[in-house]
Amino acid sequence: MQNLQIELLQLLQQDCRMPLEKLAVMLGQPLETIAAMIEDMEKRGIILRYSPVINWDKTDRERVEAMIEVRVTPQRDEGFDAIAKRIYRFDEVKSVYLMSGAYDLLLLVEAHSLKELAYFVSTKLSVLETVTGTATHFVLKRYKSDGVIFEGDAQDKRLAVNP
Amino acid sequence: MDYSHYWNPNIAAVPKSGIRKFFDIVQTMPGAISLGVGEPDFVTPYHIRNAAIDSLLDGETQYTSNWGKLSLRNEIAYYLQHRYSLTYDPQKEILVTVGASEGIDLALRALLNPGDEVLVPEPSYVSYRPGVVFAGGVPVPIKTDAARNFVLTPEELEASIGPRTKALILPYPNNPTGAVIGREALQKLRDVIVRHDLLVVSDEIYSELSYGEEDHVSIASLPEMWERTVYLNGFSKAFAMTGWRVGYLCAPAQLMDVIVKIHQYTIMCASTQGQVAAEEALRQGREDHYADVETMRRSYDHRRRLMFNAFREMGLSCFEPLGAFYVFPGIEKTGLSSEEFCEKLLRQKEVACVPGTAFGACGEGHIRCCYATALDKLDIALKRIADFVHAL
Repeated sequence: MQNLQIELLQLLQQDCRMPLEKLAVMLGQPLETIAAMIEDMEKRGIILRYSPVINWDKTDRERVEAMIEVRVTPQRDEGFDAIAKRIYRFDEVKSVYLMSGAYDLLLLVEAHSLKELAYFVSTKLSVLETVTGTATHFVLKRYKSDGVIFEGDAQDKRLAVNP
Repeated sequence: MDYSHYWNPNIAAVPKSGIRKFFDIVQTMPGAISLGVGEPDFVTPYHIRNAAIDSLLDGETQYTSNWGKLSLRNEIAYYLQHRYSLTYDPQKEILVTVGASEGIDLALRALLNPGDEVLVPEPSYVSYRPGVVFAGGVPVPIKTDAARNFVLTPEELEASIGPRTKALILPYPNNPTGAVIGREALQKLRDVIVRHDLLVVSDEIYSELSYGEEDHVSIASLPEMWERTVYLNGFSKAFAMTGWRVGYLCAPAQLMDVIVKIHQYTIMCASTQGQVAAEEALRQGREDHYADVETMRRSYDHRRRLMFNAFREMGLSCFEPLGAFYVFPGIEKTGLSSEEFCEKLLRQKEVACVPGTAFGACGEGHIRCCYATALDKLDIALKRIADFVHAL
């Protein structure tokens, strides 16, 4: 059952628009089983959202992204959770990770312009009382994200017919 | 110049491969989707490719031992022991070959005297029959059919044995049918094989791609069969390494003494980087329980179910394949021959399949479709085939 769940999740991760009927056939299970499993995983927060992987660079949308390393002072009883929560509530912040190593939190931040991003760091992030330091790294190019390669050929190099 | 006085008439008489024609037509159709391939759609896992690159950078550009690198043979011995309970001595019972194809040729040439007969269950891979002819033998096809899951039965085997029969080629898991053979069926065949004192050339290149409840069983692991078996396997299908051309042949040392001579004098050794890559595939597999293989196998399995289900929904008979990466649906009810069906399908709907007859006359009434193809393409191809079938 556990294997089946993982296989189902992997298929959904590849294509979350795959019809239930097709998932059921591919996994060799009755449709009802697959439907119930998905519903259960949605309820339990295993599946949070169904969203496409987008290459924004191919659109007209103006957008800058940065990875920001943040050093913070953990708080009594709350550890890092409270400060992480204060940070992730900003709309600009797309991802937050607690890290081992030289800094504490790693943020992926997105804004419409460089100016807007600078404004976020200087007036919203750095001023938080528990934040002791930040280092901002701008994303220049995205090669691969969520397991998807953004550029390069996925061409089938095989001969069309062979024995 | 007329060469007909020069060439060997036995070889000249071997028919050209039946799939060439389809290949030529597909080449002219850029929009065609091909289900006619016979290899994985995965690229060789990156760590394996990387091992070969490192070896090149290190200047490992020399011959290896005729037998193949000992470190690779050690890995093969470990793999066969742990995966299939087969015990072969890496020093004198494992030979690294240029794909399992070379293994077929070596086995047949080493075993056959002129006129010796070799039994070939069909439909099966296109090289067996020509291989027997090239070795001076006489191929004797044994028909298998969907009604018996394309598995060779002991009765049919026994009925095909004559005074000149020397060996049986055992091609399971099977290309093109996707049939597998289980322990029970193998045991029944074994009784006949032992009683008639035959040898078996067991081509188990698809052994990792088995999808049934029962794990793959090698005939060489049955009592009294190890000494009667020439075991063939390779890296092409399991590790998506077709272009590297690395396989291996295992046989009892006495037999190997003869087999290795042909390899020694004609091939010298398999390509060094191919061997390095193969060793990496097995070394990593030993550590992570063959995770690469399992990931690919699972992906094929999903597509396998999709394919045979789709053919059944089209109203065609389709035996459930439990091995390799092919389905072999029956198309008799369309009233077309295999070849007509494939040619019309290709010209009208731009989907390439291989007629069953390419794998032996008894493949008539079937087509081979490979499901090692991207899911979105499979969907389109299946839709086109369904449209084609319903319009007939």
